[in-house]
Amino acid sequence: MTSIESASADEPQAWFKLDREGHRLAMGGAWTIAESARLDRELAGLTLSGGDISIDASRISRLDSAGAWLLLRTRRAMESDGVKVSSFNLPELYQPLLETLDQERKVEHGVSRIPAGFRGRLYRIGRAVMHAYRQTVSMLGYLGRVTVETGEAIAQPKHKFRVAAMFHQVEETGINALPIVGLLAFLIGVVLAYQGADQLKRFGAEIFTINLLGVGVLREIGGLITAIIVAGRSGSAFTAQIGTMRVNEEIDAMQTMGLNTVDTLVLPRIVGLVIALPLLTFYSDLMGLLGGAMMCYFQLGITIPIFLRQLNEAVNVNTLMVGLIKAPVFAFVIALVGCYEGFQVERNAASVGLLTTRSVVEGIFLVIVLDAAFSVMFSVLGI
Amino acid sequence: MAEPAKNDVIIKVRGLVNAFGGKIIHDHIDLDVRRGEVLGVVGGSGAGKSVLLRSIIGLIQSREGTVEVFGEPISGDIESAAMQRLEMRWGVLFQEGALFSAQTVAENIQVPLREYTSMSQELMDEIACMKLGMVGLAADAGCKFPSELSGGMKKRAGLARALALDPELLFLDEPTAGLDPISANQFDELIKQLQKVLGLTVFLVTHDLDTLRAVTDRIAVLVNKKLVIGTIDELRHNKDPWIQDYFSGVRGRAALSSMDLASEEAR
Repeated sequence: MTSIESASADEPQAWFKLDREGHRLAMGGAWTIAESARLDRELAGLTLSGGDISIDASRISRLDSAGAWLLLRTRRAMESDGVKVSSFNLPELYQPLLETLDQERKVEHGVSRIPAGFRGRLYRIGRAVMHAYRQTVSMLGYLGRVTVETGEAIAQPKHKFRVAAMFHQVEETGINALPIVGLLAFLIGVVLAYQGADQLKRFGAEIFTINLLGVGVLREIGGLITAIIVAGRSGSAFTAQIGTMRVNEEIDAMQTMGLNTVDTLVLPRIVGLVIALPLLTFYSDLMGLLGGAMMCYFQLGITIPIFLRQLNEAVNVNTLMVGLIKAPVFAFVIALVGCYEGFQVERNAASVGLLTTRSVVEGIFLVIVLDAAFSVMFSVLGI
Repeated sequence: MAEPAKNDVIIKVRGLVNAFGGKIIHDHIDLDVRRGEVLGVVGGSGAGKSVLLRSIIGLIQSREGTVEVFGEPISGDIESAAMQRLEMRWGVLFQEGALFSAQTVAENIQVPLREYTSMSQELMDEIACMKLGMVGLAADAGCKFPSELSGGMKKRAGLARALALDPELLFLDEPTAGLDPISANQFDELIKQLQKVLGLTVFLVTHDLDTLRAVTDRIAVLVNKKLVIGTIDELRHNKDPWIQDYFSGVRGRAALSSMDLASEEAR
């Protein structure tokens, strides 16, 4: 790495010298930023015997603000130690620089406001807890607002519900997600069938691979995978879109025109995703089963008719419905978090990225927590 | 900072051509910036003022022509060590300050110090405080994050960072844009004072006629993809319609008439 200290080697070295009696301090050379680290260390070792001192800096050939600061600091330190500076010579050229810097200024050390060590750790933990608490309260508040606005939109749909925007969201979050969701669900089906076949073969129960696949994909995996992909794909997009609008003051502009941001931005996204995600989940279930069926054929030699007959015994419409019923809830949570975080964006570029990441993490977190809650609920209900 | 040798050319631009997607922005322009002068660059929106600045500091590869700063040619194949040596000798203030948002103002100022010197943390703190003082900010602004500063304070903090390594050459990209007239005036005064005290050479991109009048020695006008260079008086008598409009429009006259008044009073 280049340093400024090695870059300016051709300049005369800075020096200072205290005479034997300790009454005259002579300085010379280039007192610049390149020399200041060394000068700082050497000046710290300067000890004065007391009494008057005269500073002769007239042989300084170059002085910049870092050098001037060191000069000034040395002089101030002497004065506060009770040493009287009887004379001070500096080339005329550099007088204005020194005068500019010579204002009474308190130096504030420690640029970070977070204390170090154990206290710092406590401080961080406390801050994170308070942040999580405030976030939860504010998100609940937002949920309340969206609920009220949804109620109003249902009461007067003509006035408050934007159908075109909603269908645009269905296209954006549903139809455009078909390739990626289909491919991933297909691959998950392949993996599931392969692992299931591998284990069940030992018991001679290969045929139950299909039961595993059918129940696994329809009840859990299909919906979960789709929701996670959509949280990453559309939840982040919601945050980024609304966040960018906030940065550009578009949200403020809408408000001053009397447009309700929940009606125009949030409801179409939430309703659009609530429509799109169950459909996507159904599609993803089919693709997962297709992947599994293919794997069964190649790995176990189970043909499609046998596969379908076994599947028919393993699952019924309820199995499918248990998976699909979760999708609108996931969709609502993903869209709500995505929009909420979008509105939290502050007017700087870093904020958009930060909140987009947070929206994806929170979206996926909530989807998995809700999925677990659903499992508990279904087992209590005996479904 | 030795006695500045006048007429020593620091920035030398020859035959510079910049184009974006077939649209030519600069058509073979030449420019000399001499040591110790303040050169203002003006031009309409989209005339390529910032592009000129960026091609001089090597952020943009130009299509043709040469740029030399401190006698060192700036091109795509410049050695990284040579480029670093240059970067230590200049400071750049970007339009919005371009402060690192994850760091406090003091840490921002210390970034180049930490990178290029072996100073102790204590000395870096002192230097950061001193630079803040030079640009007219209170010492406690050092512990603030950029998001907590107003637009004017951000620009001052950005200037403090640009001055961290005591550069000889300072690039300012629209330093007074977005400031209220009082802050803009203060900023002009600050630039003038720092330029005098530190013996800086300043390359100043601006829209602001008051700034031009207050601080610049010479002005380069970007018009019709070319540069027209001269002092403010020379340019007022230039025949080019855009330049005429610029200096004789309502805003131009207002800014310049105060100059005439001042010079008459001086007489």
